[in-house]
Amino acid sequence: MWRVGTVIALHDETPTARTITLEVPDWPGHLAGQHVDVRLTASDGYSAVRSYSIASAPNSERHIQLTVERLPNGEVSPYLTQELALGDRLELRGPLGGWFVWRTQQTEAIQLVAGGSGIVPLMAMIRSRVAAASDAPFRLLYSVREPEAVWYADELQALSAQDHSLKLTRAYTRVVPKNWPRPPGRIDAALISNTSWPAKLFPTCYVCGPTSFVENATDLLTTLGNSPDKIRTERFGPTGERK
Amino acid sequence: MALISRGFSGRRSEADVKLPPGQYLTTDFPVLSAGPTPRVSLDQWELTITDGTNVLRRWDWKSFRNLPTDNFTVDLHCVTRWSKLGTSWEGVSLDTILADLKTSASYALVRSYGDYTTNLPLKDLMHKQAWIAFRFGDKDLAPEHGGPARLLVPHLYLWKSAKWVRGITLMEHDEPGFWERLGYHNYGDPWREQRYWGD
Repeated sequence: MWRVGTVIALHDETPTARTITLEVPDWPGHLAGQHVDVRLTASDGYSAVRSYSIASAPNSERHIQLTVERLPNGEVSPYLTQELALGDRLELRGPLGGWFVWRTQQTEAIQLVAGGSGIVPLMAMIRSRVAAASDAPFRLLYSVREPEAVWYADELQALSAQDHSLKLTRAYTRVVPKNWPRPPGRIDAALISNTSWPAKLFPTCYVCGPTSFVENATDLLTTLGNSPDKIRTERFGPTGERK
Repeated sequence: MALISRGFSGRRSEADVKLPPGQYLTTDFPVLSAGPTPRVSLDQWELTITDGTNVLRRWDWKSFRNLPTDNFTVDLHCVTRWSKLGTSWEGVSLDTILADLKTSASYALVRSYGDYTTNLPLKDLMHKQAWIAFRFGDKDLAPEHGGPARLLVPHLYLWKSAKWVRGITLMEHDEPGFWERLGYHNYGDPWREQRYWGD
């Protein structure tokens, strides 16, 4: 069943990423981590559908937010990040996915690991935790290319400053801010063991990002003693090899 | 009647005509898995066929690789909407794996290293429709794509093609697997767009 959402706000996170707020009158609610299918239809009936994670916590206003990164050769993301305007209507299906979710009843330590736009479903978990006034201890390790590529920067900063059971660590793969202690590079065992919950606390880990990022992060987490059945993943994109 | 998206024209390709509804073509090979990639060493690997109580057949890697194989080229359709056409594989047909097995079962639950499961009617595994594949292109199957060996059932959405396969349980009654319990369609025919519950 396709629902119709109306665009009520647009916000650019970075020059290539836009947060879209939709009002969906018949939205049934969702869990943090779930996604929607978005369908675009041309005037001749041709349509294209892509999946996007929901960035917002469940709320009573029946609003949902998506943050979409513009892909250079994308078919749907350039439309959503450049063409879509306030008041436009979008077709959605969802919420979808029942595995990569955090429920407010969960009280155990939570380790979030995001690579680039993989932050979106993890942001929904953080926002959901705040909205539910949960005190589940959360840690987020957020790896991005460069300082300008951080999404939700102010909100994350404010949340972690006022709430000591939410700890935020950023890592940069290409360019670091001035006086940053760690040289640019992908996340490694030292960074994970210094900033993440120790495996002996049995945290539930949620890892989202490009395939190579997730493969690397989950290998590090299991090497540090986390049980594979405590690690949930969401991958996007190719492995790199082409055929 | 779909809502027309103001200003959207889309990007069509010649290949679209070969695609099931709602799919788009990719030349990459995306990876989607619910957890970490299991690392299974060949000297630990085994494949078992059970009836839920008894092991009916068992292979280690060496005996499995002594089975006759097929080279086959198939199209893949993922429920996350990408399709990849003309992929070439080598594997052992399930007709070979299950040959001459006497069973009253009508359903199969496929089990993986890492505890993934998926269910399908037993007849969908037969008649050269399904393989245990271990080579993709001209290379050993990479772990992130399901190596050492994965099920391949290309006429169903790709979540049915369980990666890191370790066994098949033959059952009298159907039982939903991992994604089938979490909202995905029980059968998953891409040509009928059976993605989610209720499709």
